Amino acid sequence: MGLSLMIVWFKWKFLRSNDEKYNDAAKFWMKIFALNFAMGVVTGIPMEFQFGTNWAKFSELTGGIIGQTLAMEGMFSFFLESSFLGLFLFGEKLLGHKLHFVTGFLVFLGSWASGFLIIATHSWMQYPVGYEILDNGKFVLTNFGALFSNPWLWPSFLHNQMASIVTSSFVVAAFGAFYLLNNKHKEFGKLFVKTGVVFGVISSILVAFPTGDLTAKNVVKHQPVTFAAMEGIFETEEGGSEIVLIGQPNIQDKKLDNKIAVPNFLSFLTYQQWDAEVKGLNEFNQEDYPTNIPGLYYGYHIMVGLGTIFIGLMLLASFLMWRKKLFKTQWVLWILMFMLPFPYIANTMGWYTAELGRQPWLVYNLLRTTEGASPTVSSGNTLFTLLGFVGLYLLLGMLFLILVGKIVNKGPHPAK
Amino acid sequence: MELFWYVVLMFMLAMYVVLDGYDFGAGIIHLFFGKKEEDKKAIVNAIGPFWDANEVWIIAAGGVLFFAFPTLYASSFSGFYLPLIMILWLLIFRAIGLELRGQVHNPIWEKIWDKAFGVASLLLALFFGIALGNVVRGVNLGMVENGVSAYEAHYFFLPLWNPTFNPMAQHQGIIDWFTILLGIIAVVILTMHGANWVIFKTNSSLNERLKKLVFRLNFVLLGLIVISVSVWHIIDPYPFWNFIEEPWLFIFPLIMLTGLFGMFKVRTFKKDIYGFLFSSLFLFGGFASTAASIFPELLPSTNEVNPSLTIYNVAADEYGLGVGVSWFIVAAILVVVYFVIQHKVFKGKMDDIGYGEH
Ligand code: HDD
Ligand code: HEM
Ligand code: HEM
Repeated sequence: MGLSLMIVWFKWKFLRSNDEKYNDAAKFWMKIFALNFAMGVVTGIPMEFQFGTNWAKFSELTGGIIGQTLAMEGMFSFFLESSFLGLFLFGEKLLGHKLHFVTGFLVFLGSWASGFLIIATHSWMQYPVGYEILDNGKFVLTNFGALFSNPWLWPSFLHNQMASIVTSSFVVAAFGAFYLLNNKHKEFGKLFVKTGVVFGVISSILVAFPTGDLTAKNVVKHQPVTFAAMEGIFETEEGGSEIVLIGQPNIQDKKLDNKIAVPNFLSFLTYQQWDAEVKGLNEFNQEDYPTNIPGLYYGYHIMVGLGTIFIGLMLLASFLMWRKKLFKTQWVLWILMFMLPFPYIANTMGWYTAELGRQPWLVYNLLRTTEGASPTVSSGNTLFTLLGFVGLYLLLGMLFLILVGKIVNKGPHPAK
Repeated sequence: MELFWYVVLMFMLAMYVVLDGYDFGAGIIHLFFGKKEEDKKAIVNAIGPFWDANEVWIIAAGGVLFFAFPTLYASSFSGFYLPLIMILWLLIFRAIGLELRGQVHNPIWEKIWDKAFGVASLLLALFFGIALGNVVRGVNLGMVENGVSAYEAHYFFLPLWNPTFNPMAQHQGIIDWFTILLGIIAVVILTMHGANWVIFKTNSSLNERLKKLVFRLNFVLLGLIVISVSVWHIIDPYPFWNFIEEPWLFIFPLIMLTGLFGMFKVRTFKKDIYGFLFSSLFLFGGFASTAASIFPELLPSTNEVNPSLTIYNVAADEYGLGVGVSWFIVAAILVVVYFVIQHKVFKGKMDDIGYGEH
């Protein structure tokens, strides 16, 4: 999603400046986008099937509601994306540059619409709205608009989109740094580093504040027990909670080991008051605890820790760029290059936080995860298919890396 | 309201069969006839910019099924668990076969992905035919044994096969002689359909041979149709009931037969698109006739205890179905616009499109 935005940006710059360099940059990233897209398609289809195959009871009970947003995703975004991606990838000569830009923009729009509708679905599971539960346990929709005015949706969507821009900025900057350090394709190296850093500094800040902050406030408000586990607060603290930077949750003794923390700062971040009370796990029923507290705690801290590092690094890089020193400051370029995997980790950890935080619920406070599984599918069969997917995705992942490596090694075509 | 969504769903599935059907067919042609590099290229170019959008028809149809008939979605997807997951794996192989082949120029690499694409297409055609057979035959809803349901009335689970391969056995399997028959029909017709598309979209040196192939396979298809109609009563004692009640439904079998007999003239058509139009008519008519023969059932029950799943007992509630109509109409108009744009830009022969070149 982030990459589609950057490609549209390059294409736009090309239209404005008529400088072939930008068009070549757009073409280069399109190749990588096409690979990403193919991976997105082949992994997305299993997800849609999976609701029915593995979560039949959940689908039966809530299909009338989450089916709306999922069906809309198919009708509004997948058709848009897939129709125009073909045009975008193969239609440059047939269409001319202006129309080609338009098709690129439509692909971008489709991918963001897809993100929006899937986050809308996800938000309903975190914070169900506009529903009624019938006697037979079925959820029926009573208010369509509520699905889109869901207070969970907007912060989550914007956070997620910013995260996707962070990811693509870091990728673009990393490949740029790779070219500069390699003394190859230097013109593109500079362009990529510059674009990556400009997009990166803006999105890294926005992903933390306000969007990450608002997302966290939603969790405090609507899932306080999740928040306590995310932050590793076992006991409510009198006179304000400290924010934990490092520490290992010790579930047996209900405390954090080796803790480094800043007093009262969490209370301030959450409620803008230094002495506000943040509820600890001790105030909730054990059976409503998230099932995997350490996983949740680490997931959340890794995401936020990486987010902080991203901001610092991008600010430093922007400063150097402003002083026109960035392209010569080798060690920063090395760091930019090696940061490549970390936005992916931050994203994955974010989803860990969201999903583990929702446990033991599938639909928060209404439907337990154990009640959502398919009644007739045995665990032997799910293990079989799981192993199949693990193998297949490993293969896909390796192929993906090899092919991206190949494209990057070959580099963009220089302007003629 | 249920009827509206039923028609929408069936229409989308029929579109899927017609559109992605030619992709499968092209894959089968590629597997058996793609000997020369330039022919392989032509075949892949013919479906290159389309196959992904075609595949979206099943994704979107799945979305509509989920939203409009959630109970059916839950019941059938969990009940047909294994074949569905295998279909997913095959879809993955087909897609990466197409997309990755052109990325590296190495004979072994190309061979691997050619085969992945071709074999996956062949098996997909077979599996989709088998899937249709399963729906027509019906399943043991609730897994009834000796008059007692083991699960809730609309859940079931089928293994891939039972040792007798008998569709009427108490312990059914996904694969039995009836479903295999439909699977073979699917392979034959989709091969012809794919050949017709390649003829329509390319100037490949294969075209003359493909026309002969379509002509010959048409006899096989006719034979298979006669066999399947004559054994159909074993599966469904009253297959023509709906047609007798509502004679206008005979239009669907008529469309199918028009397509079938039209294809006998494949060798003399003036325009290359005709063959494709006739095989599309056959697919559309055949699919619609099958759906019409079990309507309003969507998944028949093979036991006396639990009722069949019909469009009325698996639908979502009225309000949700109602609001769905408004966004669906907007989306459907957009889809038509995209479709027209896409086929306008990539009109005519596509040998030179350069698909998969990097
Ligand atoms: C580059 C990736 C990235 C970065 C740097 C951050 N996040 Fe994040 N975060 C995500 C990527 C992400 C995500 C993967 O996109 C999630 C998963 C669900 C969602 O909507 O976004 C997410 C979820 C997520 C949640 C859980 C929401 C839920 O339970 O549904 C919270 C509370 C935060 N984020 C808060 C933050 C804060 C305070 C950050 C400050 C630095 C931060 N995130 C940085
Ligand atoms: C249950 C969850 C999900 C389902 C059922 C699902 C379904 C799908 C499907 C079927 C596709 C392929 C579309 C095509 O053929 O063109 C797809 C692609 C895509 N999905 Fe998902 N998806 C899910 C989760 C997500 C999430 C969490 C995101 C991001 C927030 C996302 C964003 C996208 C995007 C952007 C694409 C386009 C592919 C690309 O641009 O690379 N999806 N998804
Ligand atoms: C309806 C949709 C979904 C269902 C039914 C579902 C269900 C679950 C369940 C049952 C778990 C296991 C929790 C545990 O181990 O305690 C889980 C974990 C997880 N889910 Fe989901 N989830 C859904 C959607 C998503 C989406 C859209 C994403 C992200 C794109 C996602 C990402 C994850 C991650 C990262 C984990 C943690 C994995 C682990 O720790 O094993 N899930 N989910």
